[in-house]
Amino acid sequence: MISDEPLIHLASVSVRAGATHILRDLDLDVRAGEALGVHGANGAGKTTLLRLAATLIRPSSGSGTVLGASLNSESRYDVRHRIGYVGHVPGLYPELTLRENLEFTADAHSIDHTAVASALDMVGLGAASDRQADRCSHGMQRRAEFARVLMTTPAVLLLDEPHSALDADAVDLVDAIVERTTASGGAAVLVSHDRERVSRVADRFVEISAGGVA
Amino acid sequence: MGFFSQARLITSRDLVRERRSGEVLWVTLPFGAIALLLVPMAIGTDAPLLEQVGTGLFWAIVMLFGVLISIRQTTGETQAQRDQLALTGIDAAAIYIGRATASFVLLVIFEVVLGLVTIVLYDVPVSGWWLVPILITIVAAGLSLLGTLAASIVSTGRNAAALVPLLVAPLSIPLLIGATQALEVLDLGGSSLAWVLMMIVSTLVLAVAGVLSARPLQEI
Repeated sequence: MISDEPLIHLASVSVRAGATHILRDLDLDVRAGEALGVHGANGAGKTTLLRLAATLIRPSSGSGTVLGASLNSESRYDVRHRIGYVGHVPGLYPELTLRENLEFTADAHSIDHTAVASALDMVGLGAASDRQADRCSHGMQRRAEFARVLMTTPAVLLLDEPHSALDADAVDLVDAIVERTTASGGAAVLVSHDRERVSRVADRFVEISAGGVA
Repeated sequence: MGFFSQARLITSRDLVRERRSGEVLWVTLPFGAIALLLVPMAIGTDAPLLEQVGTGLFWAIVMLFGVLISIRQTTGETQAQRDQLALTGIDAAAIYIGRATASFVLLVIFEVVLGLVTIVLYDVPVSGWWLVPILITIVAAGLSLLGTLAASIVSTGRNAAALVPLLVAPLSIPLLIGATQALEVLDLGGSSLAWVLMMIVSTLVLAVAGVLSARPLQEI
């Protein structure tokens, strides 16, 4: 169920890198219970939009809030643990096992380690949990990232090309994670080139073009 | 989760990663020992000269190779890893202190092993032994804080690792001079207190600078 409360609110937000505008005067609301699909050409600013919504970068101009915290204030640090972000490149530590990678996150979130085993089981990595990340395939590493999201149950879920490098089972799993997030009152943003696949879970789509909503 | 628990979590993670990769113990440490070995080979068997330069050379090699140890985790981190770490909600200052603590542990091991190599190769006199553990501790703390700070500054720039020596070299001078002079003055019968205090102050300044700049640097 979609509520009127925007969990992500961007108003005339611009992000610049030097003289280049990556995002320009972007307005966007994503409400609780909503899954938003974001479509756009390479270099349109989709990943920057996700990193902005993840509070990882600040707007160069304009204003915005995520989970009620202003993107321009220190309060954004307080909501970071409620944001789940799966980038198109896995962010696991290669020397650690899949289990150790998730245990690190679990410790940071004060989550019991029993949740690690069940999250890895849910993504089909239970048998590979003691394998070092650098000895896992790209697809397995992406599954482990989704296990991390399952474990931390974020209120805002941000997925960059969520279906790439995944087999059919894992694609269904991603869809289930998105549905679970929105059903529990959270919001999801899925950036993808594959509009048809994302449309299975997205409530609406926006197209990013030249740094703004087309 | 409190600040020090967060820092301990980072330290533990970095030490496990180091144990698996073996970069410090199996790559940097042997190279440091080889560097110490090369000088006697170049000078020859001039025992008085070796004895004279041994201590200074030890500290110089600790500085040069110690920087490599203290920057290794931060400069090797990918943007994706940095993003995931930021989203754990761990305080950026706790990350800085945690990383520096892991580097401190590795640097102490590095210094102790190289110190033993120096004694064997250079026949360095053992006067002022009580001061050596203190100097090793302060240098390890200072270098780990300095290297972690420098790596944080340059970690997001292109070819930034090349800039680390430019940042670290001038800031490590108080540690290098302090460590060599403290032992020299003691040998001459004076007090090392002023040099040790200078090293402690330098280390504290680095700790404060690193903690205060941790958040802004996380977002560059």
